Amino acid sequence: MNFPILTAIMLAPVFGLLIILAIPAREHLTIKITAAVSTFVSLVLAIYAYVKYDYANGGMQFLQDISWVPSFGINYSVGVDGISVPLVLLTAIVIFTGVFASWDMTNRVKEFFVFLLLLVAGVFGVFISRDLFFFYLFFEVAVIPMYLLIGVWGSTRKEYAAMKLTLYLLVGSALALIGIIALFLYAANQLGYPTFDIQTLATVNYDIGFQKFVFFLMLLGFGVLVPIWPFHLWSPDGHVAAPTAVSMLHAGVLMKLGGYGLIRAGVFLFPEGAKYWAPLIAVLCIVNVVYGAMIAMVQRDLKFVIGYSSVSHMGYVLLGIASLNVLSINGAVSQMFAHGIMTALFFTVVGNIYHKAHTREIARFGGLAHQMPRLASAFIIAGLGSLGLPGLNNFVSEFLIFMGSFTHQQAIFGGLITFRTLSILAISGIVITATYVLRVAMKTFFGPRKPEWDYLKDAHGVEMVPIAILVGTLILFGLLPSLQIDVINSGVAPLVAKIEAAKAIGGIF
Amino acid sequence: MINNAWLIPVFPAIAFLIIVFLTRRVQLLSALVGIVAIGTSFIMSIGVLREVLVNGISMENPVEYAFTWLGIPGYLKIEAGVLIDPLTAVMLFVVTLVAFLVNIYSVGYMHGEPGFSSFFSYLALFGASMLGLILANNYFMIFFFWELVGLCSYLLIGFYYHKHSAARAGLKAFVTNRVADFGFMLGFFILFAIFGTFNFRELATAIPNYQDTAFLAIAATLVFVGPIGKSAQFPLHVWLPDAMEGPTPVSALIHAATMVAAGVYLLARAFVLFASLPTVMLIVAYVGGFTAFFAATIAITQSDIKRILAYSTLSQLGYMVMAMGVGSMTAGMFHLMTHAFFKALLFLGAGSIIHALEEQDIFRMGGIYKDMKVTVSTFIIASLALCGVPPLAGFWSKDEILAGALNHGFTGLYVLGTVVAFLTSLYMFRLIFIAFFGKRRAGLHGHESPFTMTLPLLILAVLSIVSGFVGAPFVSHGFSSLVYYGEPHHVVPNYGVMGISVLVALAGIFVAWVLYGRPSDVPTKIKHRFPFIYNLLVNKYYIDEVYMWLFRRVILGVSYILNWHDRHVVDGIFDGVGRLTRASGHKLRYIQTGNLQTYALVIFSAVVIITLWIATPVFGGMLQ
Amino acid sequence: MITLNHYLALGGMLFCIGLYGALAKKNAIAILMGIELMLNAVNINLVAFNHYLEPSKVVGQVFAIFVIVVAAAEVAVGLALVLNIYRRRLESNVDDFNWLKW
Repeated sequence: MNFPILTAIMLAPVFGLLIILAIPAREHLTIKITAAVSTFVSLVLAIYAYVKYDYANGGMQFLQDISWVPSFGINYSVGVDGISVPLVLLTAIVIFTGVFASWDMTNRVKEFFVFLLLLVAGVFGVFISRDLFFFYLFFEVAVIPMYLLIGVWGSTRKEYAAMKLTLYLLVGSALALIGIIALFLYAANQLGYPTFDIQTLATVNYDIGFQKFVFFLMLLGFGVLVPIWPFHLWSPDGHVAAPTAVSMLHAGVLMKLGGYGLIRAGVFLFPEGAKYWAPLIAVLCIVNVVYGAMIAMVQRDLKFVIGYSSVSHMGYVLLGIASLNVLSINGAVSQMFAHGIMTALFFTVVGNIYHKAHTREIARFGGLAHQMPRLASAFIIAGLGSLGLPGLNNFVSEFLIFMGSFTHQQAIFGGLITFRTLSILAISGIVITATYVLRVAMKTFFGPRKPEWDYLKDAHGVEMVPIAILVGTLILFGLLPSLQIDVINSGVAPLVAKIEAAKAIGGIF
Repeated sequence: MINNAWLIPVFPAIAFLIIVFLTRRVQLLSALVGIVAIGTSFIMSIGVLREVLVNGISMENPVEYAFTWLGIPGYLKIEAGVLIDPLTAVMLFVVTLVAFLVNIYSVGYMHGEPGFSSFFSYLALFGASMLGLILANNYFMIFFFWELVGLCSYLLIGFYYHKHSAARAGLKAFVTNRVADFGFMLGFFILFAIFGTFNFRELATAIPNYQDTAFLAIAATLVFVGPIGKSAQFPLHVWLPDAMEGPTPVSALIHAATMVAAGVYLLARAFVLFASLPTVMLIVAYVGGFTAFFAATIAITQSDIKRILAYSTLSQLGYMVMAMGVGSMTAGMFHLMTHAFFKALLFLGAGSIIHALEEQDIFRMGGIYKDMKVTVSTFIIASLALCGVPPLAGFWSKDEILAGALNHGFTGLYVLGTVVAFLTSLYMFRLIFIAFFGKRRAGLHGHESPFTMTLPLLILAVLSIVSGFVGAPFVSHGFSSLVYYGEPHHVVPNYGVMGISVLVALAGIFVAWVLYGRPSDVPTKIKHRFPFIYNLLVNKYYIDEVYMWLFRRVILGVSYILNWHDRHVVDGIFDGVGRLTRASGHKLRYIQTGNLQTYALVIFSAVVIITLWIATPVFGGMLQ
Repeated sequence: MITLNHYLALGGMLFCIGLYGALAKKNAIAILMGIELMLNAVNINLVAFNHYLEPSKVVGQVFAIFVIVVAAAEVAVGLALVLNIYRRRLESNVDDFNWLKW
């Protein structure tokens, strides 16, 4: 058998975690280096997998199967396709940079990195699982450390935020679990044998009523994670409370679990259900985009701005998924990647400033570009990414989503408007985004020098590592998007073929 | 040379990288890198222009090559490519030339500034983006660079970021342009939805055969929104005057000569789309004509030298857009070219004055012509060119626009254009008489600027004089046989139009002399006689105030309401669910009496009941 | 002739006595004794069923032995608890064992 690269990606943090457990708690530097090395291994392997992924052939690759509970058809089976391989890469990048972003952590360092690595192992597991059971299992593994990480190491209202986040996510995953069990039983009945294998489950013909029901459960379950309006409030509160690295993982990766789950366990398995619910998703995503962006405009706390901007940007992912065509879903996956990187960059910068200035209140800042030119540049680059400037990854994704949704001609609300109208509303979000991002940049970084902040030092040394990697990634995929889109498309094309083969079905509206 | 034309934007791009990563700390080296890069591009542009002329490359048979930048087989093909026709070649020449001169000028102007190297890196980035925009062979690519030049504009307007006003002006420019880009994007999305391509030439062959002109007209109007923003046409013009917060060389390069002309260039590129749609053309023409007039009226009352020039730029851009709208694409592009030279010269001259006096208010200048002979004389040459005094450049191009409006039957616009010509010479010579002549203000110590600054002024002055001749009616195979839409045509001189416009220009200068050239209280009297009009003009028709009100009160107001809604209504509902659960727990805990035997009794009763249920058929049990 | 019914009647009576003791007595020791009675009633039933219905197998006896073992463990734990509570509170009346109450 070949080297099980995906398992290795997932287990590298686990090994790191075990080693850290054996290190005395006062050896902060050793712990941090161990964490950095283990995530670096994951990163290298993830880059290798990404580069080696044969997108000309597509499909699931780097397969590995171990039978687990044969009587229920549960297998530890992993593999990645064009949709998951960028997300694995994203996770690897974000955790690696996240370790560096928490380099100045001093409080209970050992436990912090143990939980952080456990969390990330769970996230990797979700993206590489081909088995719905393990998919769910890893998902739960990712949620619980998050609670502790925010609850113990967080700031502003951390207990409240941690509890809120966990409750939202658990309610969501409970709904998804109902969906998964219903799906399992239905498929076992149809197939004559039990299985959790997603590919096999996808071959079953589910009747329309069942699809509508289970897709709705999946939509709620994974929608909470995305987060879909009105279940979004865990995300700004969670972002604000979480320590830097956790915010990065949280906004950068955890939200993507929702989008990924919605594609993998939702659209892929229930294309007709997806068609039925698509208009609802589209309407909610408009709310996400416009409402999130407008609220971001009036926030006073830097992290809240970014938190709401995530709500707004993830709305584009939903729009991409709801449009159900090649361009838009390519865009949605690409947007998940780009947003993950961009938002991680935002949180690195804001976390850095917060760590030094002990405040995130925008009104107290001003003219920080004098003291911190590098951080100011990084913030502006992240901001330009978030407003979709050409040359950065986000532009490509947003452009594809817009094109895809714009060319989608489904009539909704009884033919009153078409999908295109919704997409125009969503595109208008780029104007609002530009306004709030640049306003925040202006208020924080521009203006006369304030002597009270003169003691702040610019990012230097280790602190520059995450910034350089994240900026580099954004620019690389922004200038050469075919590196990314070719891979993603190899995963999206079969998915859309399945959607198009599905019965035409009117939407909910 | 044409086959290597893609290198033209690459040089400044490389210069940008070099400055950012290598030479940041060595100021003069950074400047040198920037100048060499844009200079190389300039030489290559000359080569391209020469080949276009020699090899007979015309609008019908351009050179185009491309590679697929992003493709999804069967759904999408986005090319990065180069399209070279005379239009491109002329634009390349103008932009690289002005950029080259401005780079040289900036060495003197920016001397000693803390952000010297970043300034040159931004200029290089701008050069790369602008040249990429010009070379683009499809809408996507033009949009790509369109946004990037917007970014450079943002960065350079906010260059003095320690000033609130500069930071705010940058923000305003970016957001205003974003609004326009939103429209532009939708416009070419519609084109893509209809035709399935972004490529200009493929669209050019497909558009005339398309039947649903109403839908196409929507697309064209939306595409035109892009130029409304970038070329600062009414009602999205508000950002350009504020953009004067940037360093003056930037105002000359970006906000007068090149970037703002990108909108006009886009109209020329997409002319086939507009030409087939008379209604849209009408919109274009009237937006342009109105902007020309509207901005000229504001310019008369302003007192900041750069703002006067900014409104003048708005007005001239309006001319160009109007030329496009009336169907004289050639005239519009011709005016773009001449305007680039003399307006860059005006701004650089203004920069030279500001550099020497550290003063922008014209009423605090006066009598400086003795100290700054080169600056002032070149400035006057440029002003004459702008006013359309023969035989300077502006005369030929402006004349062609007016003649075009008349020939295409837009008599109203022709009259408006002539009025604007009058206003133009009025506000330009008002500036000149007040700032350069008259009594010298105390405490002003003018001195001529260094050689790096005056050299570009002199070169541009020569160009402002001669560049008009390439399109003059008596030149065969001039501008109009190069850049055209449809058929190449020869300009027929319309002596009536010429005569009137010359008269009007001279009248404007005369009125300016009467009012401002000698001691007079007439301007004050006029001011007091018509306070309403004066206030309206001096406050730029209160459009900024209206927009600010819309933003502050409406958009931010709604945002605050939404924020409240999110925090209290949505969150309230979810927190309410949490509280409900907790409250019910509080009530239910009284069941927990703590009495062991009560629990035992409950358990036992439950066992009995279940047993009975299972065992007895009476209760519908299972053991029947 | 002693039939199965006699054993069941005995078991039933023993169980009811044990139940009464467990529910009505206030002393923790007495409650434990009541529970022991109930368990023994069950044991009698198990052995009796085994003897009369499936004499060839010894399932009932095995179960009874299990119950005895569990009962012994339970008494040990229960007595230990009661003893501890008594030491701390000088009290073995279950009505006062109410610290878990709201």
